[in-house]
Amino acid sequence: MSVSNLWVIAEPSGTGITSTSKELISEARRLGASVTAVSWGPHAASVAADVGAYGAQRLLHLGDLGAVLPGSVVAATLATLLNNESPEAVLIPASNDGRDIAGRLSAMLDAPVLTNVTGLRAGASLETEHPIFGGRQTVVARFRANGPGLIVVRAKSFVAEASSDGVAHIEDVSPTPSSTRAAMIRATHVEEHSGPALEDASVVVSGGRGLGDAASYEMVQELARLLHGAPGASRAIVDAGWVPYSHQVGQTGKTVKPDLYIACGISGATQHMVGMKGSSVIVAINKDPDAPIFSISDFGVVGDVHTVLPALIAALKLRS
Amino acid sequence: MNVVVCVKQIPDPAAPQSLDSEHRLDRSGKLILDEADTYGVEVALQLVEARGEGEVSLVSMGDATDVTGIRSALAMGALRATVVSDPLLRGADALTTAKVLAAAISREMPDLILCATESSDGYTGTLPVQLAQLLDWPALTFATSVVVEGDTVVVHRQTEDGFDEVGAQLPVVVTVTAGVVEPRYATFKGIMAAKSRPVNVVGIADLALDIAALDPRQDIVAVETAATKSAGEKYVDDGEGAARIVAFLEQIKIVSGGAS
Repeated sequence: MSVSNLWVIAEPSGTGITSTSKELISEARRLGASVTAVSWGPHAASVAADVGAYGAQRLLHLGDLGAVLPGSVVAATLATLLNNESPEAVLIPASNDGRDIAGRLSAMLDAPVLTNVTGLRAGASLETEHPIFGGRQTVVARFRANGPGLIVVRAKSFVAEASSDGVAHIEDVSPTPSSTRAAMIRATHVEEHSGPALEDASVVVSGGRGLGDAASYEMVQELARLLHGAPGASRAIVDAGWVPYSHQVGQTGKTVKPDLYIACGISGATQHMVGMKGSSVIVAINKDPDAPIFSISDFGVVGDVHTVLPALIAALKLRS
Repeated sequence: MNVVVCVKQIPDPAAPQSLDSEHRLDRSGKLILDEADTYGVEVALQLVEARGEGEVSLVSMGDATDVTGIRSALAMGALRATVVSDPLLRGADALTTAKVLAAAISREMPDLILCATESSDGYTGTLPVQLAQLLDWPALTFATSVVVEGDTVVVHRQTEDGFDEVGAQLPVVVTVTAGVVEPRYATFKGIMAAKSRPVNVVGIADLALDIAALDPRQDIVAVETAATKSAGEKYVDDGEGAARIVAFLEQIKIVSGGAS
């Protein structure tokens, strides 16, 4: 059996869809499935062009949901639609809204959900790959029951690849009213940042607890600037309040796959490694020669970030 | 205002981890309170203190042979705990766990349920929203701050590039991220008080749950060793560390060759 029919949650972003949504549509197409995208928001026509370009034939569009947090209503509408159609699986981006939708839908359909998926295999049935222990091992799983499997996929698990200039056929869908009292978005705050976005940067310089204090993070920012990259962080220093969550790389933060990743004072907890081990080249600076980060580094310096980073910054400034 | 915090005892994430013969996380060693849950306990205590009335209680599922981890949350200031422990629940998936916790929490009917966004052992991260759906409550997820204004909960919800201010009427499930508050240390008085606070251990039968409906519905097909890159050169810094890195960056053409 091959995969014949997959649905993908295409999360709106700007006038199009998020990059993870594009990755999932591309992979669904590669698996040979007919692809239906499900989306919402005020820009149905441009979303249809986006999902069509990456390989969806059909777009089920819920229209503008206004200021409602989308989880409940998108899940309720999907539950209604899935009464009449039976795709093998619904692929859902592992974003905040995606995880809200997956949890709601799982309980509505009384169906299990597989999360933290980083790979799909179309064998006798659809199988999912889940990295564990920081990516040292991969668990391969499949759904036992019939009915659509709910699969939550991590960002950057697949390559987004536009395949055609086709526009997906739009089917307008009336949102199913959710019985649950709504959560309303009252205001949106965007943090200002300069330089490339962390998840898109070709160079990422990250700092961890080895920096010693919040002020030392400035060295990480400076090095990132000199290399035209973005600064990142381990969970430890985000939890400590040194840097905002938007900088966090790892299991509970962003997944990055830059050409170069420089880890400064990061020991390499499994939580962190799972978010950056796909980087092309990894450089690590850490005092502890046994730090796990060295096991996946192409070049490691056993040393104190407080001496190595200033010297590195000075050397690069001479060249710029 | 009564608040229930969902907590979990997990194998120490800092210790080596392995899978057992059934491909489940080996939980046979000592279990500790998931650090991610201490943030929810702290937020709950602060909200009840701000209200000036109500109490914080705990609900958990898992082996109850040793409840030291649960007691450490009681020592922070929670008044009592319910632990659902049943051999039939071994290997339960997230939805099953949500059903069990929903049944346990329904006996309390709190105004607010707090959870971590995800546990530090399984990282599934779907349970709180499944729980909200089973109770037909709103869920405010990924909160970095939580306030209660009258009968409305307002949170700052993390987004990719900042945060949204999101509100819903009580009762509500809220998931909090780590780092949202500084969890208090248990005082000696708290630790002593926790010893006598009730930890009520119940089984599936006590919750009148249908066991057939708890059968997990996914299989693990295989566990494979992932292809990992081997470690590259490791240089012990003797003052030349920075220069070595620059040379390496030149070699991979991230920076252009010498300034001279």
